[in-house]
Amino acid sequence: MNNTKDNEMTLIFKSKSANESFARATVGAFASQLDPTLDELADIKTAVSEAVTNAIIHGYNNTTGDVHIHCEIKDRTIYIEISDKGCGIKNLAQAMQPLYSGCPEMERSGMGFTVMETFMDSLDVSSTLDKGTTVRMSKTLRA
Amino acid sequence: MDIKLQMKGRTLIAALSGELDHHSAKTVKDMLETAIVNKSAQNMVFDLTNLTFMDSSGIGLMIGRYKLITSIGGKVCIVSKSKTLNRLISMSGVTKLMDIYQSTDDAVKSVGGM
Ligand SMILES: Nc1ncnc2c1ncn2[C@@H]1O[C@H](COP(=O)(O)OP(=O)(O)O)[C@@H](O)[C@H]1O
Ligand SMILES: [Mg+2]
Repeated sequence: MNNTKDNEMTLIFKSKSANESFARATVGAFASQLDPTLDELADIKTAVSEAVTNAIIHGYNNTTGDVHIHCEIKDRTIYIEISDKGCGIKNLAQAMQPLYSGCPEMERSGMGFTVMETFMDSLDVSSTLDKGTTVRMSKTLRA
Repeated sequence: MDIKLQMKGRTLIAALSGELDHHSAKTVKDMLETAIVNKSAQNMVFDLTNLTFMDSSGIGLMIGRYKLITSIGGKVCIVSKSKTLNRLISMSGVTKLMDIYQSTDDAVKSVGGM
């Protein structure tokens, strides 16, 4: 019944805000081989947009660097890893709290991690100061 | 991202279409700030009916304008029918600050426009 072949892809792009829509559209197109519902697709694209935006504006803030995305499909689950080699996060527990933003003056809502957590099935963040941040998320789509 | 601005009485209606993310939010913010001042708007309605995508950058944008409008004694509300958008809006607590309506007419009435 489920003949989806396992698959993977890697995407590397410059930390420019114009690439936010490119990144979520590309992951969305990759995920579409699982025939997601419109809601599932919107959840994935929104979570990707949050992680990519964070890499660009927080990770690299005024510098430029590469953002890496690696996606894997296994059965009906999509695993998405988004990483930057930017400034890293000093206090991860605090950063992940709803409504916390390290730079509220930029009109950030502090809801990025909460959105990723809510819209995906799993979220795992690792970060090292001055080395960078990696966000891993997964979502199992309904059969 | 496309923005259509319209005044009804002292209420500024901003109809957004396309994708609202961090990249496009900068432009939208500048346009709204200018319009609120130039048109002496007191209240504001965010019409999200034709938005095809929004992430938490949109939440930041709406809260920013909410602060400005309430500081001059006005009200802000939202028009949105999308389940996905409404989930994002309510989980971020924005619904405690502004109500969501199904039509611009209802929204404009609620902020006391015309
Ligand atoms: N990739 C990253 N690199 C450095 N800091 C980050 C990164 N991602 C998130 N952060 C920090 O965590 C905070 C919370 O992130 P988030 O929940 O997305 O809220 P927001 O982006 O609205 O500030 C950010 O304000 C920032 O200080
Ligand atoms: Mg964020």
